[in-house]
Amino acid sequence: MKRDYLRYERVLAAAAVVVCLSALTAFAAPAPAQAQVRGPGAVQPSLPYKMFPEPANKQFPVPKPPFTPGIFPCSECHKDMKPNPKRRTLTDEHTNIVLNHAQGQRWCLDCHDTYDRDKLHLVNGQRIGFDESYRLCGQCHGDKYRDWKVGVHGKRTGMWNGEKQYLLCVNCHNPHDPRFKPLKPMPPPVRPGDIR
Amino acid sequence: MPNQGKRDDPAFRMSRRKMMKGVAAVLGAMALPAKDAPASVWESFFQKNFRELSPEELKGVLARLEKEYSEKYKKAVTVRATPPIEGILFGYGLDLSRCIGCRRCVYACVGENNQSRDPQIQWIRVLQLNKERGVDLEDAEQYYNPAKVPEKGHFYMPVQCQQCELPPCTKVCPVQATWKERDGIVVVDYNWCIGCRYCMAACPYGARHFNWKKPGLPPAEMNPETHYLGNRPRPVGVVEKCTFCIQRVRNTPGRYTACVEICPVGARKFGNLLDPESEIRYIIENKRVFILKEDLNTRPKFYYFYAT
Repeated sequence: MKRDYLRYERVLAAAAVVVCLSALTAFAAPAPAQAQVRGPGAVQPSLPYKMFPEPANKQFPVPKPPFTPGIFPCSECHKDMKPNPKRRTLTDEHTNIVLNHAQGQRWCLDCHDTYDRDKLHLVNGQRIGFDESYRLCGQCHGDKYRDWKVGVHGKRTGMWNGEKQYLLCVNCHNPHDPRFKPLKPMPPPVRPGDIR
Repeated sequence: MPNQGKRDDPAFRMSRRKMMKGVAAVLGAMALPAKDAPASVWESFFQKNFRELSPEELKGVLARLEKEYSEKYKKAVTVRATPPIEGILFGYGLDLSRCIGCRRCVYACVGENNQSRDPQIQWIRVLQLNKERGVDLEDAEQYYNPAKVPEKGHFYMPVQCQQCELPPCTKVCPVQATWKERDGIVVVDYNWCIGCRYCMAACPYGARHFNWKKPGLPPAEMNPETHYLGNRPRPVGVVEKCTFCIQRVRNTPGRYTACVEICPVGARKFGNLLDPESEIRYIIENKRVFILKEDLNTRPKFYYFYAT
């Protein structure tokens, strides 16, 4: 009992010393003290998931976007056309694209850039290439984007302890109709009774 | 007794023991591979357990096998015995929320690991389960064959060797022909296996398979990049199992396993459990993970998870 009390007292004393010291340092030089808190030794707040801090412009080893043959660059056809930013249903071209991806809430130029047809744009207006389309998808599908970046969502090939090859979202999901399409299964195993 | 005199004749004084000895010697000699036996047959006959081979002996064994397989399959076959990499413990993740049961992994595995095509041996078994009943193995169907998968109301769970930390299969082997390597892979020495199939009875996951017949492996389909403890061609009468593609993963840099590489939905994950930055560690730390038949305390290193 007495021991516990002593320990408690000691902890209190230590805490008091720490508080005093930190107050002193804060008073003497506020900027370095702040830097110390943010430094690598500082205790990070515990999050429900693991953070992988990365530079904003980090590049992922992705393949070329899977364009329909002959469709890219889009400016090939669009260079002489006057952009029409009015929301409408396309009747002359691209009629094969049926939007099954939050249809009714968006249309072509919400993702495709109006003035540079070879680019996409983010909601903040930043133009990005088709090879960075994962950033566009990640705006809404943040949880999938987070998993994709660490290699949990989507397929990885290459070396497990070396260079890994990523896939773009659009390599598996058609951006206009993203649900993964059912596949024909490979043949079932032979039943033991049928093995001769 | 009329024959009394004959029996006392020294020429007929053959005891039962003597006779049995003679019979055993003759039968034994007949069992030896004497007829047109090349030297390699004798060498494999007297080969030691893989773990007792000295580096020189191992070199000789690998060279002998390479020669034998190259002749048999009419192509340059390499047999390596790459040892485990230090500081690596392999772990596997399988996303049940992604798997659609297309069985691409099953056939990629067969192609990579030289399983017998006829009679059929497959190391991966994909179970179709009912969403309403969850992981209920009593209700599992492995012979499903619809036009398209996934089928409504179902989910799919591929089962293969779980590479247990406490593998019940290695404990029961009477000749120690199967064991767990330092990187966590459970392997079989096909030259030491006597085919008793105790390990198959002990495995709670049905992950071990027996070569009842001489494996039917067409030379054109044979993968010539092999490992002694992995995908080298097997003889009749031995047990085989998934080795996490030991011939691929034990390199720096090492390739992903064939099943990871083929999976069209990216449900399969593979990596080093001792590396805090690896995909598999991220999964274990951040996703809902379960191991199959946890109650048996086999401690599998095969983690099923739900990423969504």
